[in-house]
Amino acid sequence: MWKTLRQIARNGIRTEPAPEPDEALRESAERIQRELLAILGQALAIRQVDAGSCNGCELEIHALGNPYYNIEGLGIRFVASPRHADLLLVTGPVSRHMETALRRTYDATPEPRLVVAVGDCGCSGGIFGESYASCGRVANVIPVDVAVAGCPPPPLEILRGILTAVRRGHEGVRALRAGSA
Amino acid sequence: MDFPADLAIDLVPLGAPLPMARGVVDAAQWQAAATSAAESGARLVALWGSDRGAAEGGELAVCAAFAGRGGLAWLDLALPASAPRYPDLSARFPAALRMQRAAADLLGIDAAGAEDRRPWLNHGAWPPSWLPLRREDTAEASSPHGAAGDYAFVRVEGDGVHEIPVGPVHAGIIEPGHFRFSVVGEKVLRLEQRLGYTHKGIERRFTELAPLEAHRLAGRVSGDSTLAFAWAYCMALESAATCTVPPRAAALRALMLERERVANHLGDLGALANDAAFAFGLAQFSRLREDWLRMSRDAFGHRLMMDCVQPGGVAAEPDAATLKRIQMQCDAVEREARLLLSIYEEHAGLQDRFMTTGRVTPELAAELGLAGLAGRASGQAADLRCDHAWAPYDALAVRMATRREGDVAARVAVRFDEVFESLRLTRALCARLPDGPVQADLALPAGAAFGAGWVEGWRGEVFVALELGADASIRRCHCHDPSWQNWPVLEHAVIGNIVPDFPLINKSFNLSYSGQDL
Repeated sequence: MWKTLRQIARNGIRTEPAPEPDEALRESAERIQRELLAILGQALAIRQVDAGSCNGCELEIHALGNPYYNIEGLGIRFVASPRHADLLLVTGPVSRHMETALRRTYDATPEPRLVVAVGDCGCSGGIFGESYASCGRVANVIPVDVAVAGCPPPPLEILRGILTAVRRGHEGVRALRAGSA
Repeated sequence: MDFPADLAIDLVPLGAPLPMARGVVDAAQWQAAATSAAESGARLVALWGSDRGAAEGGELAVCAAFAGRGGLAWLDLALPASAPRYPDLSARFPAALRMQRAAADLLGIDAAGAEDRRPWLNHGAWPPSWLPLRREDTAEASSPHGAAGDYAFVRVEGDGVHEIPVGPVHAGIIEPGHFRFSVVGEKVLRLEQRLGYTHKGIERRFTELAPLEAHRLAGRVSGDSTLAFAWAYCMALESAATCTVPPRAAALRALMLERERVANHLGDLGALANDAAFAFGLAQFSRLREDWLRMSRDAFGHRLMMDCVQPGGVAAEPDAATLKRIQMQCDAVEREARLLLSIYEEHAGLQDRFMTTGRVTPELAAELGLAGLAGRASGQAADLRCDHAWAPYDALAVRMATRREGDVAARVAVRFDEVFESLRLTRALCARLPDGPVQADLALPAGAAFGAGWVEGWRGEVFVALELGADASIRRCHCHDPSWQNWPVLEHAVIGNIVPDFPLINKSFNLSYSGQDL
């Protein structure tokens, strides 16, 4: 136990500042949390769906949880059920065999739902393209709000994509409110 | 017995840095070779089919790769298109079963005498009559639609038995697959896997790519093994083109392969502790992994080093200052990992979860052909870097890590040992990196040619069989991940364990879905 505590103390806090969404200035962690609360009234819950990726994108999504990116410290967490999710983070060219599962996951996610497609395959089908076994990009199967390019995109780019989707979702909700007022 | 030298078959060497040879057999020799392989303790590395087209005379073929002390033998059995049947191998090599089912789905070739003939890779997305790897079908639209059918899972009957279906979408950041547990209370009586959800037509896609470009696709068969597959593909192409890689490029490939091994082991060692509710381990190891990936980016331009291996050489090389930094990082990671090892070993709760959980005895491992890291944790002493040390491993005297307990603890221990050994290899490679070019000219052969690549990836041996057509196109490229061998063994490893231990056992194998779904 002593060794464990000493290792924790010796390493301290390694978390780095979060990236800026691509249409805004640097966001502080508190600001991101405030926005999440304003938009969703809660922390952001993400359901990740691998719809046929090579697992490279999953490695970088996993990295978001490490102490450097500390995604949970921003109030963002990965949940086990689409029914608990605000946002779907989808990787891969959508394989024919995952098409139904992806649609069902999307249908099970409560509105307003956001979808972020991750990786070159999610954006365009990537090197796998469209074929007898692949539906290609995620947008061919479900509506996509933000697509993050890269093979795989590094963790910061994935986080930036998530924050951009949330920001757009925020604007969408505002416009909706302004329209109804 | 010295397999494959004792086979009464003409084997033609494939000109790769590892001892590999290819031989054409008839059905009787096919069976005799399998018998001889089984008796001499050789293992089945891969089984796949190929459509050679009428121009080659053979039309269809089934291929098997066996590995013994003397190297790898690629056996090639021509099949008539009218009755494409070959003798079943699964009675002697249980690992052949799913590979045979996949070959039936993709090419319509049939293993005569095999018990299980359910489709494996085709879930109904395309009609069974349309065969993705048949060459005469290329004119057909690329989007044939079939209807998803019910899959006949094996039912376990008995008082109080119930089923837990899991997936294909899992409750974490994991690849998709379906697991069907039959349980009594918390105890698992049977697990049946259904994979193939990430099947995205990789093998057909290969035939649409130029040989000098297709290493990028090989590097995306399984993202966590991008180095192993890209190297194996390049080795296959280089052997077909009789191209020799410069010593500096070979050393850099090994440096990257060891970086990939360490990166995956660091990630797994953290995740395994986390699955046993020791979140400290995940925080520490995921931090080390992130440091490691950032160094890969600095040294090679990509965190996972995708596309850094290319036909004839490597695409990136670190400068002298970066090599120095890599060596210093090895020292730092070693210090931390040794400390974490002692914390893991002294943590009673962690050891309680690890020990005796998900056990595969050496006898069962040998019978089922458990491969790679998991195999070494169950007494299966095989590591290409030791058994057939090719350049630059021939100068490094790699020490193989093995255990005999075959439980989660053993698979953790092998990972720790391999991290330390790979750190030693990395330092040695950096210290003695040969000078010279990192790229050789590669001229594609004028006629049809065969090539093979064989590399010890972090999960186990990765094998690539390549056939080039006369028009310098890829006629067939089969990429084999050791997950093919190990998924069925996981079904055995979980028997008698409790359901909550499944994630831990599964993680301790950490098998690739994409790598076997193709």
